Amino acid sequence: MSTPIDYLLHLADNAVVLGQRNAEWCGHGPILEEDLALANVSLDLIGQARLLYQRVAELKGGDASEDKLAYFRDAHEFRNYTLLELPHHGPLVGYAAADRDYATTIVRNFLYSALMVLVWDGLQNSADAGLAAIAAKSVKETSYHLHHARDWLVRMGDGTDESHARAQAAVDHLMPYTEEFWTTSPAEGAAVAAHVAVDVWALRPAWDTIVNEALAEATLSRPNFHGYVTEGKVGLHSEHLGFLLAEMQSLARAHPDGRW
Amino acid sequence: MNTPALKEWPLWEVFVRSKQGLEHKHCGSLHAADASQALHMARDVYTRRQEGVSIWVVPSASITASNPDDKGELFDPAADKIYRHPTFYEIPEEVGHM
Repeated sequence: MSTPIDYLLHLADNAVVLGQRNAEWCGHGPILEEDLALANVSLDLIGQARLLYQRVAELKGGDASEDKLAYFRDAHEFRNYTLLELPHHGPLVGYAAADRDYATTIVRNFLYSALMVLVWDGLQNSADAGLAAIAAKSVKETSYHLHHARDWLVRMGDGTDESHARAQAAVDHLMPYTEEFWTTSPAEGAAVAAHVAVDVWALRPAWDTIVNEALAEATLSRPNFHGYVTEGKVGLHSEHLGFLLAEMQSLARAHPDGRW
Repeated sequence: MNTPALKEWPLWEVFVRSKQGLEHKHCGSLHAADASQALHMARDVYTRRQEGVSIWVVPSASITASNPDDKGELFDPAADKIYRHPTFYEIPEEVGHM
């Protein structure tokens, strides 16, 4: 049995890209307590990515390493969902340094962690024992991320007029990107066939239940989807990923093999 | 949607128990909108380095504190009552260190 490397990279890139994105709030959070909470989420995600990259490096052998995988691949080689690379604001702002919108951050974390609690739970039974162990650790972290994001989603949605409007705008903006969850990439197909991965399609009813219940409690409505389905997980990304990677990778590329 | 927004979140005191069997100890305070949020924030602020197995949060407003100006009348009279300390008992050898 061989573990499809592109599938592990998909999981790892999801974690590292969202971890990096959320880390942009570090020192800029809406309040001190929440700044720390979100930084904790980022560190959990980056920790998950490290374990997965280490597993990939082990399978690849040679001079592969977690740092090479994270810092020396370019945007088209990343396998993360497009949802996770988007900046922290609505659809019409083209640059990441614009005013960040916390509702966007929270809604994204909610939609992603609602999926990942199900994925990690299933991956505990993966035929790849290394991946199963990573899943057992990650499912606890992700349960907390979901709890955290859901709590804020309900507070914002069922909050003031402004918080409700912002939360609804974030849901309307981000929900279409979740359609990418339900398409099957070649890497996912191969991993499911090898009993390494869970079939994400089969998790859809459970995800819908989590999302619909939370949106109802938050007095938010779920938009109908029509249009383009993003393909980040096969390497076709939005313009935002390149900027995110440039920031994340610049230090490692300026000082290759540097240690500090 | 009609609840008025709080201008400032109330303050909460955080108590963490570091091990089973030990008591909860005060470790700091934080701002949060309500008790359940305070509990989660306490987890993120005060137990990131495996400090605890249990957390209490208490609204700071619920704590009645003694007035530092009353220190003299409250605490100084105890200073010369050494007979209140159990230091005048002979401890039998067999008891050992107590």
